[in-house]
Amino acid sequence: MNPRSFLPAVLLYSLLILGLLLALTPLWWMIVASLMPPGEANSVPPRLWPSTVTFEHYAALFTRLDLARYLLNSTLLASAVTVISLLINSMAGYAFAKFRFRGRDRLFQGLLAALVIPAQVAMLPLFLLLKQLGLINTYGGVIIPGMASIFGIFLIRQYLLAIPDSLLDAARMDGAGEFRIYWSLVLPLCRPILVTLAIFTFMGAWNDFMWPLIVLTDSSLYTLPVALANLLGEHVQDTELMMAGSVLTVLPIMLLFVVLQKYYIAGIMLGGMKG
Amino acid sequence: MTGFERHVTFSAWAFLAPALLLIGVFFFLPVLAALLLSFTDFDIYALGDLDRLRFIGLDNYRQLLQSSLFWTALGNTFYFVIVGGPLSVAVSLGAALLVNARLIRFPGLFRTAFFLPVVTTLVAVAVVWRYLYHPRYGLLNYGLSLLGVEPIDWLGDPDWAMPAMILMAVWKNFGFNMIIFIAGLQNIPTQLYEAARIDGADAWAQFRHITLPLLGPTFLFVALMTMIGYFQVFAEPYVMTQGGPANRTLSIVLLMYEEGFRWWNMGYASAAAFVLFVLILAGTMLQLKLRRRESL
Repeated sequence: MNPRSFLPAVLLYSLLILGLLLALTPLWWMIVASLMPPGEANSVPPRLWPSTVTFEHYAALFTRLDLARYLLNSTLLASAVTVISLLINSMAGYAFAKFRFRGRDRLFQGLLAALVIPAQVAMLPLFLLLKQLGLINTYGGVIIPGMASIFGIFLIRQYLLAIPDSLLDAARMDGAGEFRIYWSLVLPLCRPILVTLAIFTFMGAWNDFMWPLIVLTDSSLYTLPVALANLLGEHVQDTELMMAGSVLTVLPIMLLFVVLQKYYIAGIMLGGMKG
Repeated sequence: MTGFERHVTFSAWAFLAPALLLIGVFFFLPVLAALLLSFTDFDIYALGDLDRLRFIGLDNYRQLLQSSLFWTALGNTFYFVIVGGPLSVAVSLGAALLVNARLIRFPGLFRTAFFLPVVTTLVAVAVVWRYLYHPRYGLLNYGLSLLGVEPIDWLGDPDWAMPAMILMAVWKNFGFNMIIFIAGLQNIPTQLYEAARIDGADAWAQFRHITLPLLGPTFLFVALMTMIGYFQVFAEPYVMTQGGPANRTLSIVLLMYEEGFRWWNMGYASAAAFVLFVLILAGTMLQLKLRRRESL
């Protein structure tokens, strides 16, 4: 490194490391406090490391507080939303990208324009509708609004636009049916964007709070965020326990991100650039 | 229409049908219904017996405008959007410039670390930040005490509760926009900077006359997305303060939730939701317009 860039480099790195500390300290402290013996998280001055590492709060969450069930609920719901919406969005995105029909562009523009409507506007009537259908307090009620998404359709369409039509035409010449072309040609071609969309959808469903909070009344059906907010009401003083609950809610999704981040970040860029 | 065209049209609609049906029935229909609902006195009695439902015109909207609680929620939401939004965008841009700087090695490491808060569950980190903000045991006040600052009751003091909420939101969100800014920065041709350097432009001039103008479209996208998201603030106050202290963190969506799903005043709550929609729409138009004027 030459002397002229030494000073700016020191400055840049100092700022970056400061940023790193600010970004990670809350997560770090969450983990540390979850491992402390009861009461130790409430000491003055705050302890930055447990006097003895204990897993008793994790044990309590699984034995006394049914956390395994919420973990399972969240996993099931997020997986179901992801698989179903991937199928439905990819079909629609494919139609918008590769079929020429009257009204296509206007329909697509209309859908995009609807992105400014906040989801909360639909929530009250949606609740009444699902109540009529007997879907309140069921998994179905949680999943339904996420089964198709305008953003998902948009992402698939953008990706497919870049794929030459000649591939599809060749398959059509060979007499393949439309659904077979979609299933055995388009879907495999879309794999990278499908992975991206799968992560987006799974994370969105896993982290979602307001809608499951509204739909689910029976605590045995709660997802992790709803259960955690509920737990806070009863155990607000048990800081170590609450931190352990937070770790268990956040950790699966963070691991998923770290493993698949390449796809995730590619997706944000695709969504951001074309938007 | 030829046979082939008919075939194409039919196939297209067949592929579109599931998505359009779902979005139509479970999104567009409820949005329309919400508009209608906002003109009725739908309450807990109507929930049991629809005959109780009455059409009351604009009464819900009139009532909203006369409710001091609504104005408080509106003010709080604007506070969150107007202070939190730009702050969040500025931090994102700063982080993007740092991570993208030519001198930096291992940019991927920093990028991942800055992004981690984005993927976390809001409810979980709100629980964690409640603890960080604890006036006696919290890490934040401890850190400040080392600098000689008196302890602050972050979530209990009416003047500090909203700044505390904004600080957490910025921490949670900045990584997302940072990624978009990095993509925007990488699209700027490096020759421009080289040419500017030859002309003797310093770092600030380069930033001012190359980076910022060329980031324009990215900026607009980020600003819009952030604004729309921040208008919908809900889980932060729900988990951390329940809208308190003294309603100073009550947001419009929290008010809508309380009115609609706790007290079942669904007509009134729908009106509140529609006001939010109109605000978001107006904010979007305003930004698009400002942007267009700027680029002329």
